[in-house]
Amino acid sequence: MNKKTLFDKIWDSHVVAEVEGGPSVLYIDRHLIHEVTSPQAFAGLDKRGIKVARPSQTFATPDHNVPTIDQHLIIRDELSRTQVEKLTENCNRHSVNLFGLGHPWQGVVHVVGPELGITLPGSTMVCGDSHTSTHGAFGAVAFGVGTSEVEMVLATQCIMQPKPKKMLIEVNGKLGKGVTSKDIVLYIISKITASGGTGYFIEFAGSAIRGLSMEARMTICNMSIESGARGGLIAPDDTTFEYVKGREFAPKGADWDKAVTYWKTLKTDEGASFDKVFSFEAEDIEPMITYGTNPGMGCKISATLPTGNDLTDNDKNTFLKSFAYMGIEPNTKMLGRKVDYVFVGSCTNGRIEDFRSFAAFVKGKQKANNVVVWLVPGSKQVEKQCIAEGIDKQLAAAGFELRQPGCSACLAMNDDKVPEGKYAVATSNRNFEGRQGPGSRTFLASPLTAAAAALTGVITDPRNFL
Amino acid sequence: MATEKFITIESSAIPLPIENVDTDQIIPARFLKATTRNGFGENLFRDWRYDKTNKKIDSFILNNSKYSGKILVGGKNFGSGSSREHAAWAIADYGFKVVVSSFFADIFKNNTLNNGLLPVQVTDNFLKKIFDAIEKDAQTKLHVDLVNQTITIKATGESEKFDINPYKKTCLINGYDDIDYLISLKDKIEAFEKKS
Repeated sequence: MNKKTLFDKIWDSHVVAEVEGGPSVLYIDRHLIHEVTSPQAFAGLDKRGIKVARPSQTFATPDHNVPTIDQHLIIRDELSRTQVEKLTENCNRHSVNLFGLGHPWQGVVHVVGPELGITLPGSTMVCGDSHTSTHGAFGAVAFGVGTSEVEMVLATQCIMQPKPKKMLIEVNGKLGKGVTSKDIVLYIISKITASGGTGYFIEFAGSAIRGLSMEARMTICNMSIESGARGGLIAPDDTTFEYVKGREFAPKGADWDKAVTYWKTLKTDEGASFDKVFSFEAEDIEPMITYGTNPGMGCKISATLPTGNDLTDNDKNTFLKSFAYMGIEPNTKMLGRKVDYVFVGSCTNGRIEDFRSFAAFVKGKQKANNVVVWLVPGSKQVEKQCIAEGIDKQLAAAGFELRQPGCSACLAMNDDKVPEGKYAVATSNRNFEGRQGPGSRTFLASPLTAAAAALTGVITDPRNFL
Repeated sequence: MATEKFITIESSAIPLPIENVDTDQIIPARFLKATTRNGFGENLFRDWRYDKTNKKIDSFILNNSKYSGKILVGGKNFGSGSSREHAAWAIADYGFKVVVSSFFADIFKNNTLNNGLLPVQVTDNFLKKIFDAIEKDAQTKLHVDLVNQTITIKATGESEKFDINPYKKTCLINGYDDIDYLISLKDKIEAFEKKS
């Protein structure tokens, strides 16, 4: 029998046609859209005089541009407002499911998909956003696409894609105290670099991955793109089924039983081959933090930064440019560096477990005076859950407040911008130059490391508090 | 809808010998608020091109009149990060027809191909030769031949073959568009939906 990987099984079962010498025509089960990368695609449909092919398989929510305070008021930024209004108009015109501002299901598109049961094992999903890889946590083939590709899927529910190569990354063993899934993925990217995954689709496996909750798995798959990979996925198991069951758009009754029977077959066959394999030990992973301007430039929080002495030519220039931008000297320590801002949120770490762990960490303590802290729930449902569990009150007692859901300071398209030259510890996914606002400097880390920085005002090992 | 046809191009090139040029640098997020595809070239490499008072930064290559051309040559892992197609639109809108690097990020590569912008992936060695040739003569010409899949440094005659998916090559040469093709598969798509 032909031995297949999990990725092969899902991909192959969605191929509608093969183009000779070209990409596959891949059927897309679920299409998520947001306000920034869809208007030009809708305009393309209009130009061709066609409608969205499968509106019931298309789900929209505004997230990138939305303010995170006073969402009941009109959006002040005219261009942002236009994009959000355009999304509403386009969805209404094409009968697409829309969870607009104020809707109880609005939120960051990659938080919303899973929490509504739109994301299902064995399915194919795309969105005009690179962090679509998040949904791979359910054993789905999910990846980010450009706007021309959004238009393809709106027009035909299919996309033309070359099949990526396959990579297996195993993480085995037991995670140490204070080490989260965010640390696992930052550790992996620091090892394989920000381009090590390019051309591949990653399967994450091993006992350390298996032991993670769905939300923790999403954090890992979310950041697979930061290694350059098209996406990352994890075989579905009881943890997955448990999470999906009963959610709004998940199958119900007999359909549910049938679905689970199929989903249980979704695993890599023993002996199936990968193009590349990495294996890591959970015991080697500590709380991680990035120091440079791509997510591969990360280290253990207690480490001394590299000297760069072993680099030459462009590598060296790129390294030095990055340190100059960050205002950091090579061969120094991250611990004890002053922090001006802390951001907890985004499709990477903006879920209920992230706020639970942040709130538990700061309980009975006080926010440092020198730090501005933005706590941004990933969705209206996360916000509601925070209130239901009293997390908002716990946070308030420690000097913090919750904002309203959106992408916020992850990419600073709204007003949540880190000022020039200031340092932010962020639980989001990118530390690129200017990512959190022109001239901003980002250290990526877990919600626990963010909490430790929020309490002390400097980069602090969260294990000191545990 | 057809895109502009692409066959060969001969032009001087603009060098950007920096690695991991991500799409946030190519076009920062705050400039993604348009609802049309036009005008993004104005903000190409915005924060490298202009300071916070909107004054041109003289040291940045696009502000150096010594360099010009329709070919952009970047360091390895070009176009990483965000999937924003606005990055490809900005590069094309600025007037580039070809982007050369020793390594492209996947989504960016698809986005260029969907906009009639040709990504030419060369070896690290050849990339260095291109940078060296431009350093010697800012107006040195590169010749890109899509039919034969070659890129040549005119001054030295050195040439290298590059890969491109044969389907995408046909699309570029003829100005075909994926969506027209996919729409022509309507019956196949419907048959697929019925059986699954």
